[in-house]
Amino acid sequence: MAYVDAITQGILLGGLYALFAAGLSLIFGVMRLVNIAHGDFIVLGAYIALVTVQTTGLHPFLSLIVVVPLMAGLGYAIQRWLLNRTLGPNLLPPILVTFGLAVVIENSLLMLFSTDNRRLAVGAIETASLSLGPISVGWLPVSTFLVAVALIAGLELLFYRTAMGRAFRATSDDSEIARAMGVNTRHVHSIAMAISFSVIAIAGVLLAARSNFDPFSGPARLIFGFEAVIIGGLGSLWGTLAGGIVLGVAQALGAQISPQMQFLAGHLVFFLILAVRPRGLFPRMD
Amino acid sequence: MIETSPATALHAIGLNKSYGALAATRDVSLSVPAGSALGIIGPNGAGKTTLFNLITGAVRADSGEITLFGEDIARFDARRRCLAGIARSFQVPQPFTGLTTYENALIAAAFGRALSEKAARPHAREALERVGLARKADMPAGNLTLLDRKRLELARALATGPRLLLLDEIAGGMTEAECSELVELVREIRDAGVTIVWIEHVLHALLKVVDRILVLDFGKVIAEGPPETILRDPHVTSIYLGPEEIQA
Repeated sequence: MAYVDAITQGILLGGLYALFAAGLSLIFGVMRLVNIAHGDFIVLGAYIALVTVQTTGLHPFLSLIVVVPLMAGLGYAIQRWLLNRTLGPNLLPPILVTFGLAVVIENSLLMLFSTDNRRLAVGAIETASLSLGPISVGWLPVSTFLVAVALIAGLELLFYRTAMGRAFRATSDDSEIARAMGVNTRHVHSIAMAISFSVIAIAGVLLAARSNFDPFSGPARLIFGFEAVIIGGLGSLWGTLAGGIVLGVAQALGAQISPQMQFLAGHLVFFLILAVRPRGLFPRMD
Repeated sequence: MIETSPATALHAIGLNKSYGALAATRDVSLSVPAGSALGIIGPNGAGKTTLFNLITGAVRADSGEITLFGEDIARFDARRRCLAGIARSFQVPQPFTGLTTYENALIAAAFGRALSEKAARPHAREALERVGLARKADMPAGNLTLLDRKRLELARALATGPRLLLLDEIAGGMTEAECSELVELVREIRDAGVTIVWIEHVLHALLKVVDRILVLDFGKVIAEGPPETILRDPHVTSIYLGPEEIQA
């Protein structure tokens, strides 16, 4: 029964990892950009939520009304005026620039907030749980998972059912041809980043509600996000959810064996899948 | 002087583009009256496709002036030139393979005309019907045959609502029947008032449409004039056509 419980907790944890990963997956899909600062932006979102809660007294979840637009605007600006200049046939320049951003964010947060552990208190939902037969699951992990599923479904709809999504896919296919057809690819890239940052904001608040964070919590979130994207297969959003779940379950089962095994088990499963299926479980992109 | 009259669809003076030591175009000047059709011929590597890149803004010229219907577009990037009315079909068809045929045309119609998607739909449908792809509208563009990909190139270009259409070797690799169908289509497009510049090796197709021919060699314009004059020019025939074609 302990294992059934661990698997359940792992699946729910996978929802959070899918949230970390969805924004990464989206921008890699649209513009082949690997955002090394992704995890740090998640933490930045958490701090912005913290400040919003402290100054306005809003509930952390309601603070998203402020945090999401702020982060989306920040994402748009960073893409429009910084990262677009680094995009080209070479994948390295954007990686280097986002790596630089990661260092800047971590150290700025350190200066402003010190290394103290922070957390967003979200009230009764933190401890409330739901009995599912023999096991019980927390409302917070369940809601996180549902948010992840809803967001990924929303992103899929956006991608395959809207004019903006069509522009994303055309730009992703061949940005030069898209430009020649009148598509403002710089704007399209920036919108994609704004959407990625909106997901980042939600992921940041949910992370901060579930666990402690400090200015250096970002890189580990980036790794989990990356692993979820790669396990799921590049370019597939549902695959990213599946990748998050695989990673979450692996970690939960590892923790069941020994508490020190949690992260190691996740990484081992990641390597195993990379060895057996180098393109991931549900690859969509060449 | 650069042409500022809207009666001239495309006017370029002294277009230069070098890649390192290699001059792809040298001092290329051309003038295309609105509503006419110009053919461009020349051996491989003569700079024909580079010239198209300079006109569409895909590549920035090192120097030179260019106007479209009297408007100075030298500083326009590819997107603004598309919005100004330049469309192009590529020699090697490059559809968005992840989109359906219809979506390909829809992107071109919506963005190339700066329309909402709803307003763009009829233009996309019309472009597909015109090139005979309406039946394959919902097929992924990646699954189209080469001929259909060429048709889609043309449909996308038409969907943007061009005033100047650049065609890059669209007749190559087609059967006689397909070729005459294509010639008929290009003539219809021209008769609808669209100015055409057409790079083509298949001369008999070109000659059924164009009013004038420009010959490029080593990046330079070596002759320009009505087809009958050009094809009798000994300089042109020796460089391009080869001696056996002179009698024809």
